[in-house]
Amino acid sequence: MTSDHAAMAGDHAAEIDRHVRVYITVFVALMALTIITVAVSYLHLPVPIAVTVALLVATVKGSLVACYFMHLISEKKLIYAVLVLTAVFFAALLALPAVTHSSGYWIHE
Amino acid sequence: MEIPYTVEVRRDTGLTNGKIAIWLFLASEVMLFGALFASYILIRSGAPSWPRGDTILNVPLATFNTIVLISSSVTMVMAWASLMRARFGTYRIYMGATILLGFVFLVVKYFEYSHKFHDGLYPGTSNFLAIYFTLTGLHMLHVFGGMVVNAYLWGPGAKLWKTNPVWLTNRVENSGLFWHFVDLVWIFLFPTLYLL
Repeated sequence: MTSDHAAMAGDHAAEIDRHVRVYITVFVALMALTIITVAVSYLHLPVPIAVTVALLVATVKGSLVACYFMHLISEKKLIYAVLVLTAVFFAALLALPAVTHSSGYWIHE
Repeated sequence: MEIPYTVEVRRDTGLTNGKIAIWLFLASEVMLFGALFASYILIRSGAPSWPRGDTILNVPLATFNTIVLISSSVTMVMAWASLMRARFGTYRIYMGATILLGFVFLVVKYFEYSHKFHDGLYPGTSNFLAIYFTLTGLHMLHVFGGMVVNAYLWGPGAKLWKTNPVWLTNRVENSGLFWHFVDLVWIFLFPTLYLL
């Protein structure tokens, strides 16, 4: 083991152990939420409710992946700035279909 | 010439250049998939009727693939954690498992696609199938791309461990960020296409 290896291991071992426990908890939560997503779909809820529930669960799952696996829970400011800008444009992109409908640009045959 | 800020962080950003680069790339990926999701919403909300995904697609297979991809995200992050703890052998095992799980995902997808083609269901058959094949096809390309990078970091790229372990660890972290993003996209694709 080189001095670099030893330094990495020594500095972070306890912290990484804590991280690993969190990863396993998140994994269990993701599995449970996957089962919930599929189970809810068998209830054949009305479409608006089904969409809301499915997207809500997917958002929770996505947040868990982003916050813990991608370490966004403790990231540097610059990355948050990049992501806020991305989120704004992403929201604008998803709002386009709604705008298209409400402003009469949609052509009904 | 030495590449700057691969190991040491820039004082102004507090980050390595590679990490900023991968996040900027992921930002562009969000817009790419966002455009396709917006198209999906537009096509679906404008259609007089829309089929429920489970009447056409195989939900048990997709559920299995969801579990596979989530598991691969865990093995990926464990691969990075192994390097952080200077356990190179364990890293190899976790990274190998990640690549293998990616391969399982693609094999299952191959069977799904083959079954559709066998039944005469192609992208041109309906708007639903057009958006299904476009979104899942693009996602599959991302899985494949991630696997290629991970295979490099498992095999020839892993030699870096002997000369610059921190650099390899950072590379694995960046590759992991991409892999988790691919998982995240699937988390939204699965209910959107298969269950609603």
